[in-house]
Amino acid sequence: MLASLTLLGFGPTGWGLQLLRATAMTLAVSMAAYAVGMAFGALGAWAKLAGRRPARLLAEAYTTILRGIPDLLVIYLFYFGGSQVLTALGHAFGGEGFFGLNGFTVGMLAVGTVSGAYQTEVLRAGYLAVPKGEIEAARMAGMGRLLMLRRIIFPRVLRFALPGMGNVWQQVLKESTLISVTGLVELMRQIHIGAGSTHDAFAFYLCGFALYLALTTLSGLVFRAWEGWSIKGEPRVAGRMAA
Amino acid sequence: MDTTFLLDTLGQLLSGLPLTLELAGISITAGMVLATALALLRTGPRPGAWFVRGYVYVLRGTPLLLQIFLIYYGLGQFDWVRHSLLWPFLRQPYWCAILALTLNTAAYGSEIIRGGLQAVPAGAVEAGRAAGMSRRLLYRRIVLPLALRQALPAYSNEMISMIKATSLASIVTMMELSGIAYAIISETYRALEVFLCAGAIYLTLTFLLSRAVAFAEAWLNPHLRAGTP
Amino acid sequence: MIRLPRLLALAAFAVAPLAFAAPASAKDWKTVTIATEGAFMPYNGHDASGKLVGFEIDLIADLCARMKITCNVIAQDWDGIIPGLNAGKFDAIMSAMSITPKRMEVITFSRPYTQSPSTFAVLKDGPLANLPVNRLSLDDEAATEAAVKVLTPLLKGKVVGVQVSTIQADLLAKYFKGVVEVRTYKTTEEHDLDLQAGRVDAVIGSTSYFVSTLAKPGGDKVKLAGPLFTGGLLGKGAGVGLRKADTDLQAMFTTAINAALADGTIKKLSLQWFKTDISPAN
Repeated sequence: MLASLTLLGFGPTGWGLQLLRATAMTLAVSMAAYAVGMAFGALGAWAKLAGRRPARLLAEAYTTILRGIPDLLVIYLFYFGGSQVLTALGHAFGGEGFFGLNGFTVGMLAVGTVSGAYQTEVLRAGYLAVPKGEIEAARMAGMGRLLMLRRIIFPRVLRFALPGMGNVWQQVLKESTLISVTGLVELMRQIHIGAGSTHDAFAFYLCGFALYLALTTLSGLVFRAWEGWSIKGEPRVAGRMAA
Repeated sequence: MDTTFLLDTLGQLLSGLPLTLELAGISITAGMVLATALALLRTGPRPGAWFVRGYVYVLRGTPLLLQIFLIYYGLGQFDWVRHSLLWPFLRQPYWCAILALTLNTAAYGSEIIRGGLQAVPAGAVEAGRAAGMSRRLLYRRIVLPLALRQALPAYSNEMISMIKATSLASIVTMMELSGIAYAIISETYRALEVFLCAGAIYLTLTFLLSRAVAFAEAWLNPHLRAGTP
Repeated sequence: MIRLPRLLALAAFAVAPLAFAAPASAKDWKTVTIATEGAFMPYNGHDASGKLVGFEIDLIADLCARMKITCNVIAQDWDGIIPGLNAGKFDAIMSAMSITPKRMEVITFSRPYTQSPSTFAVLKDGPLANLPVNRLSLDDEAATEAAVKVLTPLLKGKVVGVQVSTIQADLLAKYFKGVVEVRTYKTTEEHDLDLQAGRVDAVIGSTSYFVSTLAKPGGDKVKLAGPLFTGGLLGKGAGVGLRKADTDLQAMFTTAINAALADGTIKKLSLQWFKTDISPAN
């Protein structure tokens, strides 16, 4: 037990520092993926709500496909297929040589694309939950489209979508472990390397449990605080308007 | 696109389909039984309820891949595990994967079923009690059927997640759909084509599953069917 | 892998959206980026501080000094290493990669710098502890056929672990298909864990790699057994993997390796890391 603690600590033979760095990497790649997913999600939700038929069909296909196949496959596609496509594209535009994506980019795009499909549904539901009267009222008050988007739609959709957005974030955080197959040294990979090269696998995996639990718990608290903030100033009887 | 290669790939991939189905089928079924037990414990008296809360918190707060690794490589490290009665099972990646998937889905499933339990109308329980049903009979005849019916739509999403999650078994050497897909890609580097084939198979699976659940739902809710008074 | 130069790894997210590898074009080579797996001791691996170490790391330093070029060594997973080379992420592979006809279809190689036979590693108290040991060249078809005949009943139904897309995986597929149950691993470290746990009855790999398996904690339970396979689909030894277009770099590496063989550098490094000389035959 003591030996395991030394192994996971910050001493000269300890893996503590590397585990911390890898934790930072996990956070970085998850945040990047989440941002990509948010962009795709917003686009997808817009297409489903207001787009013309082709856009709607495209968004429908996107959410159906990405929610129906394993993330691992999507990562393989981006990892192995990414350079295949990029190189072809590069040549088409007169570029020379080869183009590839690093593990971080692959992970960010792959996990982001998958989470975007879930985010689409979350944002769409959030928009639909905004009472129509609020938007009409804004229009009556003579707000322009952009102002209305910024002042009314954006904050109100956020308020209704936040719980779902929190779930998508937790999902992204956990799915970021699959990026380890690209060789990116995020937390999962660091733990697995430690387990393989020290033969105290159990201690490393247990430590991984603790670190991931800490990440999911802390970010859960952040989202909850955000939710609290987003309904600040809302009358207690707001439900009446929605009904 | 090269149709011979696509067909060839599809054929190879389909040979992994039975394993994917087994992994998903067993862990979904076992997971549902465990989830029901956990949900009942959770709504029961304190020590049990606390245990389930802790279990759900840990299993939902950590990645499935890590859970698989802990069970597969972590447990195998200990001599006492290797000399225990469980080793013939834990020795095989197949059972390790099923164990991890089952424990994982049970955590998510128990919360869904708990929601179903809470949605059972108090009146139904009272009626059962008034008819003189024992606690056990009440649960078997009234509470559980109503709760499961209520939980089914949400549970279908969990089942689809499980089908997708079986792909992680490939990381502990199981040659199911994704494992084979990976092997073909690393042989041929034709990621796009392989992805197309594997993706089509998974989509078909998840589509069929959601259809099946929709049918089960209709069957369990005869009063909602059109044409009934 | 861990030890992608850490700063680089952490800084990656800053530049990630634009992180296309610099296109490699015909040039006079001043700096060369060389990829190694970093999980295959004693060839290449990481020490506790995360630095790349091993036979190949030392050899790279020597060869690059001879070629008068600057070399960056990076860690890259085995299964993405050939696509990575062709995608221009790096210019050369030095990762105990055997020269085989199959790989020659996609990349090219320098002359070999090491050659070591393949064999099985088994548990000392396991069912395969007494496999017959002998040298076997797969080029000799009659001898191979006879050996397979001897081994088949011994291996029947046993579980054998092997790293994905290696020459040893090809060997199992060609000679023992349907005889043994093959488990495919992403890294050799993983199959070592499973051998020690008794999940597989044997793993197959190169004897030079098994030096590190035996040296690991718990390695005292493991021994080597079975034929020492060489030749045939196992190839001519390990060489520097290069893009087909870079013939100039190929010539540079081959010249440098010839010089390092001639003055005994490779033999010296080999004795230091493997305790035995694995210089190639010719």
